[in-house]
Amino acid sequence: MELPTIWFILIAVLWIGYFVLEGFDFGVGMLLHVLGRDDRERRVVVNTIGPHFDGNEVWLITAGGATFAAFPEWYATLFSGFYLPLLLILVALIVRLVAIDYRSKRAELVWRQRWDVAITVSSAVPALLWGVAFGNILRGVPIDADFNYVGGFVNLLNPFALLTGLVTLTLFLTHGAVFVALKTDGVVRVRANAFAAKVGVVAAVLTVALALWLNLRYGSPVTYATSLVAAAGLLGALAANRRGREGWAFVGTATCIAFLFATAFLALFPNVMPSSLDPAWNLTTSNASSTPYTLRIMTWAAAVFTPVVIAYQAWTYWVFRRRLSTSSIHDDVVLPEPAAR
Amino acid sequence: MSAETLARWQFAITTVYHFFFVPVTLGLAPLVAGLQTAWVRTGREKYLKLTKFFGKLFLINFALGVVTGIVQEFQFGMNWSEYSRFVGDIFGAPLALESLLAFFLESTFLGIWIFGWDRLPKRLHLAMIWLAALGSTLSAYFILAANSFMQNPVGFTFNAERGRAELTDFAAVLTNPVVLVTFPHQIFASFMVSGAFLAAVAGWHLFRGGARPEPVEGPHAEPVGEPSTSSGNGSHSLRPEPVDGPSPSSGDGSAWRSAIKIGAVTLLIASLGVIITGDLQGKVMTRVQPMKMAAAEALYETEQPASFSVITIGTPDGQHELWSIKVPHLLSYLATGDVDGQVQGIRQLQSAYEATYGPNTYSPNIPLTYWSFRWMIALGAAGAALGALLLWSIRGGRGLRHRLWRPLLIALPLLPLFSNSIGWIFTENGRQPWLVFGLLPTASGVSPGTTVAEVLTSMTTFTVLYGVLAVIEVRLLLKYIRAGLPDTTPHTVDEGEDAPLEFAY
Repeated sequence: MELPTIWFILIAVLWIGYFVLEGFDFGVGMLLHVLGRDDRERRVVVNTIGPHFDGNEVWLITAGGATFAAFPEWYATLFSGFYLPLLLILVALIVRLVAIDYRSKRAELVWRQRWDVAITVSSAVPALLWGVAFGNILRGVPIDADFNYVGGFVNLLNPFALLTGLVTLTLFLTHGAVFVALKTDGVVRVRANAFAAKVGVVAAVLTVALALWLNLRYGSPVTYATSLVAAAGLLGALAANRRGREGWAFVGTATCIAFLFATAFLALFPNVMPSSLDPAWNLTTSNASSTPYTLRIMTWAAAVFTPVVIAYQAWTYWVFRRRLSTSSIHDDVVLPEPAAR
Repeated sequence: MSAETLARWQFAITTVYHFFFVPVTLGLAPLVAGLQTAWVRTGREKYLKLTKFFGKLFLINFALGVVTGIVQEFQFGMNWSEYSRFVGDIFGAPLALESLLAFFLESTFLGIWIFGWDRLPKRLHLAMIWLAALGSTLSAYFILAANSFMQNPVGFTFNAERGRAELTDFAAVLTNPVVLVTFPHQIFASFMVSGAFLAAVAGWHLFRGGARPEPVEGPHAEPVGEPSTSSGNGSHSLRPEPVDGPSPSSGDGSAWRSAIKIGAVTLLIASLGVIITGDLQGKVMTRVQPMKMAAAEALYETEQPASFSVITIGTPDGQHELWSIKVPHLLSYLATGDVDGQVQGIRQLQSAYEATYGPNTYSPNIPLTYWSFRWMIALGAAGAALGALLLWSIRGGRGLRHRLWRPLLIALPLLPLFSNSIGWIFTENGRQPWLVFGLLPTASGVSPGTTVAEVLTSMTTFTVLYGVLAVIEVRLLLKYIRAGLPDTTPHTVDEGEDAPLEFAY
């Protein structure tokens, strides 16, 4: 296999890793108020991702760095072209991480309530916008002969991309609810389970609609197959969730997200960013890539270190495998709810 | 203003801001790891308390370092897409390796460390913070290797057909003479910050504990802290202790004294390291970027031997000197290692560069380069001197009684921190007008499609957001500093399903 193809696959793997992992992070963030009715319950919810969310975000940084290294032209066109959406995503990611880190650092109710709103909003924004961005990449955007994006901001808000955004939003909500159900006990678990059942149906409808549109427009036999796996994963997740088999439900939503993005990358290949103006101006794995020398070095590094990273990240989930409940939270930092106010 | 100017301002603002948190993280991670190691090996409670206390402060700082770091990675593509196309083949690799080898290590193991106090065996838990510290240090190497390529491009060839620089020797990029001296310089500089931080915070507690009103000295009776704004933590109040009442922190005196000593000694050793590596760096810089050295001295004409001006008053354009204090031969030594060495002047270098690269201005902003070089040295030296004074002042169990310690202790960590900032302002400004020295002018690196409005929006957004976060962060740090050492009485819950989380969010 050619080196640029290998790197296309590796970058797809990094993005998929990012969305499978940070996907439930985003879901958990958005569901903070839905699943946690008071501060102590919200702490249970947020602490399900506590040890993991920082490491999960590194998948994004690595995907960005790998794109820069392996496909500089793709990185340059994408990041300079999708300027405002990426700015919004950056602001959200900044606020989100700080909010999660700082929310419990003061035992003041107003302080925590504000950060909790920040966590919710800043989790929803990237959950929606990443979908919009990938919908646009797949659909093709105005790219000129010099590989510069010339489409402006409004161009990015088209029905296909917006549908993709709604799919990622609802899928991450489902994924997050299933994750909370898997990681908690007590009332939060019951609520998460019930919410996953509801939002999962919406996600399933939207996902199937997107899969049809995507395959009819950009598809191949392979993408039909991967789309079917994605749909089966989500339906399986819903069935497992109904039976209270939370581990399987999580595997199901993870499969759905992974195979949906795999479908998108397969439909994209060998383009990395097609031009809607002229197919001759498409960015492809060959005209956007780095030299074979650079790719070879990176391939060795990736081959050695990616399994190591996956191994120690997997270990963190093993270390923190216990379910959390309100009794996992220190009493001395818990506040009375504002009944008196 | 052009999009290029704004993009440069945004890079300056976001990078300088990001770099307030980086040296603290780089230097504090190993110190916290060291404190925890001391606890694991000696079993002494005070080291555990210090580990948890400084660990909390470390984490508050780390969060902002991480989030402002993501902006850096995105910014290359967003505002500097032509630069990214030009150097991606070379610059991207260390960036990708930084994520893969370093950031994963740092973030993952720090996550386990934060939540793993009750979940992991003691020694394994200790290994987590060391791995996180290793990750931070590795990340510094990779990003400095990438930056060093911009200062001194090596291991590449220029592909005229594709109009980009292409990697030919990755080992050369990783062993660039610039990175070999910049890495230790930066690590030592980071230890100066973290050592000063440790000493200053502990010193403040010692000062507060020892500054209870005494009958003879009136001014000392003034409240030391500000009026209490948060009494959330309960046991520790911001108000000064009553004259004869027991101080909540009095039993912690020994811990604070240890922290002052560890911090101040770290600061002093690191200062020595900074001086030695800085000296080596000056010689490498003179070799690979002679214009930067000439600008650092505002040396317009080649001199042999060249003197170093400690301070100069000149005409506003920096071209003519009116008055100065000079140390003969010093610049020759700094630049070449020989007290009689020749140092090239700006005008001679300008002509040489014009002959090679065509007409343009090849010198950076001279007053900025000149003064940032001096302020970097002066602030660092002042920080080290203050650390020495602090160490000397607490000798033999003495306390910190003089009220001047209050401003001095506030200044102590800020001096080396700002020295770090100014050092980078010097390095990066001194590289101008090049983005990649000798290869790509800064003006050619900017994204062609981005509008002034877009860059202005993003610059304003980041500036406002960063400003707000700075206020929140500093206030949070102060709250935790004031709260003092935590209670480390072990929980009565053992190995049960519901052991409460130690450092939970």
